[in-house]
Amino acid sequence: MPSLGADMEAGTVLEWRVQPGDTVHRGDIVAVVDTEKSTIEVEVFEDGVVEELLAAPGDELPVGAPLARIAAAPAAPAPDRRPARAPAGTPRRKHAEAKPARTGTPRRTRPAARRSPAEAARSRAAPRAPRPPGAAPVRASPLARRRAAERHVDLADIAGSGPGGAVVAADLDRAPSDGERAPGTPSEAAEPGTPAAADEEREDRQAAMRHAIGALMARSAREIPHYHLATTIDLSAALTWLTAANERRSVAERLLPGALLLKATARAAIEVPAVNGFWVDDAFQAAPAVHLGVAVALRGGGLIAPALHDADRLTLDELMSALRDLVGRARAGRLRSSEMSDPTLTVTNLGEQGVEEVHGVIYAPQVALVGFGRVTDQPWASQGMLGVRPTVRATLAADHRVSDGLVGARFLNALDHLLQSPEDL
Amino acid sequence: MTTTYREAMRAALRDALVRDDRVFLMGEDVGRYGGCFAVSLGLLDEFGPERVRDTPLSESGFVGAGIGAALGGMRPIVEVMTVNFSMLALDQIVNNAATLLHMSGGQFNVPVVIRMTTGAGRQLAAQHSHSLEAWYAHVPGIRVVAPATLDDARGMLWTAVCDPDPVIVFEHGSLYNTSGELADDAGPTDLDRAAIRRPGTDLTLIAYGGTLGKALDAAEALTADGIDAEVVDLRTLRPLDTATFVESVTRTHRAVVVDEGWRTGSLSAEISAQITENAFYDLDAPVARVCSVEVPMPYARHLEEAALPQVPDIVAAAKELGG
Repeated sequence: MPSLGADMEAGTVLEWRVQPGDTVHRGDIVAVVDTEKSTIEVEVFEDGVVEELLAAPGDELPVGAPLARIAAAPAAPAPDRRPARAPAGTPRRKHAEAKPARTGTPRRTRPAARRSPAEAARSRAAPRAPRPPGAAPVRASPLARRRAAERHVDLADIAGSGPGGAVVAADLDRAPSDGERAPGTPSEAAEPGTPAAADEEREDRQAAMRHAIGALMARSAREIPHYHLATTIDLSAALTWLTAANERRSVAERLLPGALLLKATARAAIEVPAVNGFWVDDAFQAAPAVHLGVAVALRGGGLIAPALHDADRLTLDELMSALRDLVGRARAGRLRSSEMSDPTLTVTNLGEQGVEEVHGVIYAPQVALVGFGRVTDQPWASQGMLGVRPTVRATLAADHRVSDGLVGARFLNALDHLLQSPEDL
Repeated sequence: MTTTYREAMRAALRDALVRDDRVFLMGEDVGRYGGCFAVSLGLLDEFGPERVRDTPLSESGFVGAGIGAALGGMRPIVEVMTVNFSMLALDQIVNNAATLLHMSGGQFNVPVVIRMTTGAGRQLAAQHSHSLEAWYAHVPGIRVVAPATLDDARGMLWTAVCDPDPVIVFEHGSLYNTSGELADDAGPTDLDRAAIRRPGTDLTLIAYGGTLGKALDAAEALTADGIDAEVVDLRTLRPLDTATFVESVTRTHRAVVVDEGWRTGSLSAEISAQITENAFYDLDAPVARVCSVEVPMPYARHLEEAALPQVPDIVAAAKELGG
């Protein structure tokens, strides 16, 4: 069971995408795992042949527990040779090797006491019904699909009463969304497998996610000596360039200011590596690449910060398209395991919410968090003249065990500097 | 006053003949015999042989003469006995009436009205019973209407006569004997809009001409199952009033199209496509169609009944959509 985030302690296997005997390659999606935050597609980090699946759909396993055994490629032709050859290791182990920064993260199993027996029983008795691989997609009417998306309801959880068993809008009405549930409904009243039970599971997940975010943030606030810096950055050059650049692009390909901010952040992190990496075993380990964790608010509530891989090396168009894809999949609950575990520096942009500046809490074991507020027109003195410029408040929350304010200031200065030459981004 | 569809149509003809000297009626047996379906009974005596003219048995000839008269400034109303026979006049209608305005660069319009009986249900067998409205509704340059109510039987003709371009009026043979109340001052009606004949919330039944009554009966039957069906009467088959039925389906999320034409390539296919194009994300079930069985219309009563869309078929299709 891979660690799909520092706050993850256990995961539930939803489905296998491979069977014993299948040949797999690094990067293939082998399983789907349900965590407190999201449904994650687990990638394999080995080339090889699946020998044995050690967990069945519905099993909840602590982080680090083996999920399957993979023999090194090429496949052993005769089964009797198998004991003689050392197993190539579980995805988790390889994962740990590839990401030394994470080896020291404590991996405790989830204390049973934290869940009520009823909760535990329910989750065992009624695992979210996984769709077997290759199964037909859920049959649902266009209207039902639209309503389900609006209400954040998973159609797979709904029993269909329409033509051919299709889910129709009325079936959704019988399964009210989280927000519409009357408070205080006794949860034990729901029978497993009914829409109400599915609904309850979603509510469970909401609660679990809040709990997980809370636990990690409490740890961050308790253990990380934060320091906060802020600066106002003149975006007139960046936005002027962006407007001109977008004139050549179709609506679907247009760059958003957020893409420039992300790219500049990634490049600034290359210039000031002390903000990019992990605090592990009382020491800082700089990350070899910049994988920006992009904070995405989920529609049903909660937060997830999957990785935008190698953000410093993507072109702006690539970054924009990767961002759209990532946000879409994050909201659809279809992230990949590497995206969950890889972020080296988190960026949170609350500008769309009208916030002027963000004083963030670092996502441990990362060592810094960059925040952006909204772009506002401000009076701006430049070369002895007063003008009105579009500006953004950029903030840095950084770990004092790793860096000092001077380093943080260099990072924000680098960010500012980069945004003054958008054509070079 | 209580009247029949036949009498309402006759009143409309009389009204048109009285209102405009340029109007005349011609067709097979429309004069001395009073019309094959007795629609023009008495009009010969009233208006004389110049204005109510019997023609030879040549659809191509007298429809072409009607088109020529229209080009010459008259306002002819041409009766073709059944849509099956109108095949003989297709060249005149499709190649001349529908195209001349376009091909003359807008110089010559063709203000002809062509009435024809359509549909089955009277044991007239395969050469008199087909519903080929969709063939005409396919052709740009002509307007196609299907009066299904007494009001429209009384009101559509004068509006059609006033139309500067060709209008084809389809009168379903099973409607002539239907009776009901018609206001004494009933007058012209529009040829543009579909009409909601029965408001409902759960399902839209879309029908026209001879199937409207069946759709209304089906809607009534569906109330027993707690299904509140809306019934849309298309009225005009070309150009289709897409906005009205799409708006209805947007509210009810389900549609059953009832069409006496054969399913393949039918008006119901066009309507289904338009619903899918315009209301896809409001659909809660696939669009259903109730059409005639794809056979030449049988003569035997029980076979003819089996071949036609019937109320229980509509009810079953509606219930199949669930909700």
